[in-house]
Amino acid sequence: MHDKTLTELSASLAAGEFTSRELTEHQLGRIERLDGALNSFITVTPDAAREAADHADAARAQGDAGPLTGLPVAIKDLFCTDGVLTTAGSRMLADFVAPYDAGVVERLKAAGTVSLGKANLDEFAMGSSNENSAFGAVKNPWDSTAVPGGSSGGSAAAVAAGLAPAALGTDTGGSIRQPAAFCGITGLKPTYGRVSRWGIIAYASSLDQAGPMARTAEDCALLMNTIAGHDARDSTCVARGVPDYTAELAAPLTGLKIGLPKEYFGDGLDPAVEAAVREAISVYESLGATVREVSLPHTHYAVPAYYVIAPAEASSNLSRYDGVRFGHRCENPSDLVDLYKRSRAEGFGEEVQRRILIGTHTLSEGFFDAYYKKAQQVRRLIRQDFLDAFQDVDVLMGPTTPTPAFDLGAQKDPVSMYLQDIYTIAVNLAGIPGISVPAGFVGKRPAEGRPVGLQILGTHFAEQRLLNVAHRFQQATDWHLRRPELAEENA
Amino acid sequence: MQWETVIGLEVHVQLATQSKIFSGASTAFGAEPNTQACAVDLGLPGVLPVLNEQAVAMAVQFGLAIHAEIPEVSVFDRKNYFYPDLPKGYQTSQMYDPIVGPGEVEITLEDGAAKRIRVHHAHLEEDAGKSLHETFTDDTGRAMTGIDLNRAGTPLLEIVSEPDMRSAKEAAAYLKSIHSIVTYLGISDGNMAEGSMRCDVNVSVRPRGQAEFGTRAEIKNVNSFRFVERAIEFEVERQIELIEDGGKVVQETRLFDPDRDETRSMRTKEEANDYRYFPCPDLLPVVLDAAYVDHLRETLPELPDEKRARFQDELGLSAYDAGVLAASREMAEYFEAVKATCGDAKQAANWVQGELSGALNREGLVIQDSPISAPRLGELICRVMDDTINGKAAKQVFQALWSGQGASADEVIEAKGLKQVTDTGAIEAMIDQVIADSPTQVAQYRDAEPDKRGKMIGYFVGQVMKASRGTANPQQVNALLKKKLDALC
Repeated sequence: MHDKTLTELSASLAAGEFTSRELTEHQLGRIERLDGALNSFITVTPDAAREAADHADAARAQGDAGPLTGLPVAIKDLFCTDGVLTTAGSRMLADFVAPYDAGVVERLKAAGTVSLGKANLDEFAMGSSNENSAFGAVKNPWDSTAVPGGSSGGSAAAVAAGLAPAALGTDTGGSIRQPAAFCGITGLKPTYGRVSRWGIIAYASSLDQAGPMARTAEDCALLMNTIAGHDARDSTCVARGVPDYTAELAAPLTGLKIGLPKEYFGDGLDPAVEAAVREAISVYESLGATVREVSLPHTHYAVPAYYVIAPAEASSNLSRYDGVRFGHRCENPSDLVDLYKRSRAEGFGEEVQRRILIGTHTLSEGFFDAYYKKAQQVRRLIRQDFLDAFQDVDVLMGPTTPTPAFDLGAQKDPVSMYLQDIYTIAVNLAGIPGISVPAGFVGKRPAEGRPVGLQILGTHFAEQRLLNVAHRFQQATDWHLRRPELAEENA
Repeated sequence: MQWETVIGLEVHVQLATQSKIFSGASTAFGAEPNTQACAVDLGLPGVLPVLNEQAVAMAVQFGLAIHAEIPEVSVFDRKNYFYPDLPKGYQTSQMYDPIVGPGEVEITLEDGAAKRIRVHHAHLEEDAGKSLHETFTDDTGRAMTGIDLNRAGTPLLEIVSEPDMRSAKEAAAYLKSIHSIVTYLGISDGNMAEGSMRCDVNVSVRPRGQAEFGTRAEIKNVNSFRFVERAIEFEVERQIELIEDGGKVVQETRLFDPDRDETRSMRTKEEANDYRYFPCPDLLPVVLDAAYVDHLRETLPELPDEKRARFQDELGLSAYDAGVLAASREMAEYFEAVKATCGDAKQAANWVQGELSGALNREGLVIQDSPISAPRLGELICRVMDDTINGKAAKQVFQALWSGQGASADEVIEAKGLKQVTDTGAIEAMIDQVIADSPTQVAQYRDAEPDKRGKMIGYFVGQVMKASRGTANPQQVNALLKKKLDALC
């Protein structure tokens, strides 16, 4: 069952091959057996999952089933889930039970999906390796010595390992696409404003966006049909019609104009990754697309601009964790300042504290213009780079990451970790959508090597086009169908 | 040395929206603590603000009322600081692009002259909760602070003046003008006791004739017209004394203590927070199109200045009467309703400011609580004007209506038999009786010098009025008495 895609599972449930309850038990069993080693879940909710599955089966029996009814999903533990522990991967929220559902979670519930539990992540979505979780690092299912990427590392690993057929992630600076690439799955970051942020624990509000992570582009399209759309509770969520994202998946690519940003193929790119990506692009040429080089001249400013803007917003967003009303509170504070200082020092991990400090500094009097304002100017230039490029081409393609998944503990220096996001981060600054699809493997260890992701970018609200372009590739290749061999599975 | 006082005011007006500025929770005053705070007000993880359109409309109405520029785009910023009654750790406010640009407010000085006070800008922001430092203890009896978040997220319009005021009286007059504008617009209940209007006062002094300003102190959270005057008076005296004694005023935030009638230092400039303002990424810039602003302009009610001018120019009231009657929307509306019924502005003004205001003051009532409605008072005035009753009887009718005896003037007049007697024969009969009953007084009248008789006639008028139980027409009584008495001389 766990080898099927979400779309196939949907068909199987509809055909009565098995029930949602059977499928859910199967997934819960796999989580039980395999997740001890992977650590992709922070909280598993078997009872609620069984109840939701039974409910879905009952609905189906009544003839009241939609395409997602009864399908299990994992939810990144950054989404608030009513009555369920919602930790954001932080000690600060280790005991926080959300009193409401995030907008996207509501939509998934209403569509009849079955939540298996809450997926591990870098604390407050800050990280590129999932090593910043207060609940321990997640292992890459392809290689237990490698990171799964981050911050949606638990979501990516759970899907790659067949613990869940699909998962919700969030992407602030590559946090869906990079772990999707590292774990060999498909992950879509929608246009900023396409999906509601209501109930997503905020990291950097002007960049955060929720999106689907699954085996295939088709699966992502299926999920997008449910999660995309207006939510009046999020002022930045756009009131714009939602197309059927599955409708144009098979449209031919003849005449598709692909741009290759030369800045995405420069120094620092692993030659083996480059080779895999160029091979993928040749597949597109064989499908009738034309390829040309383009330039995104401000690319090298993206990481610095991001690490001004995102921490600035984070420093403010995370001020609410003050030990007063919810979240971690230190023992026996001597006074108010002591309460603040110790609660926050104990509750936040090192990377979160680093970003709060950076953000507090860049917003301070005397530094605001030099950092924050300048970064916002750079952001506009980066956005303009993309808009200019999309005058000439339909989509941009390149590697999702400069290297395949790195080893656990390998990135000691925060700045070299930040540079892992060099190809993904500009997309968030520009607010455009991007998708990462499996495009091969590099290295020899252990069996197939580690996955490589091909990133495809489109202009604002071009998700349908991106999914179509990704889907056609997946019809021509089988990288997305490869599964890791899990040692425990064989035991 | 002659000193000049320079004052600027930041007035926080609580807007009378149904719900909070960024959430759907109610803004009603006085509920049990923490019962009117939803997830957004509590700043729970994952919540987002949605701007209340009513608050925007109210702010724009205020801007239009003070003839301010209304910028097309305004932006919400976050003001970051930690405080237990500030759940998110930041206040959403407007720092760089406020909703209302420069405008002006006219005040009337003591000598009756008008002065314009410039408004620098007005911006929208959310209120914080309240810290309750009394009455809470933990299990061991240690004092604790309670937090009530009912007020968190209540919309405030902060109106920032230029330093244009030169005395405590001017500051109070400005505050009254703002109060009158916001209550006329209906955008605030203006209830200062409940904190619907609070103000921060910036005060400095300088030698008269000096161009540059002195160092200012900011007095926080003054919440009545009287306290504003007293706080300024104290602060001016303190600063002058300090300078004259060779000291220097330091820029600081001070607190006014009404019980001790003094201001005390809260924190100096060095201790001030760096609020790290930046645009709130959860809220879109507010873009106001011209049609929206025009629509609000067209639906603005008549404002105090316009009303005052109309009362003077069209109704012929004195500047004083017009000022008093136009000062509050309720007073003005009452007066206009009385006038509409009786048709005479001066009579209406006299009755509203005289008999009615006297009675309201005696019982500590505001005009909305008057037991006599405006149409009923208007009818009473009609009965005076058409000579149905005389002035004395009118006061009796007023008292009867005030205390709920009778539903209308006509009913009271009928029940009490107060209808004025204008029948000459009836009055003459009463006069003849009084003359017959008062031989001594008649003799005195006859013996008096003719120019003293005028005063002496008062006695006879009184007797006749008494005999008529106040209903005789006094002018007729006077004329007939004079004729009859003089005939006896």
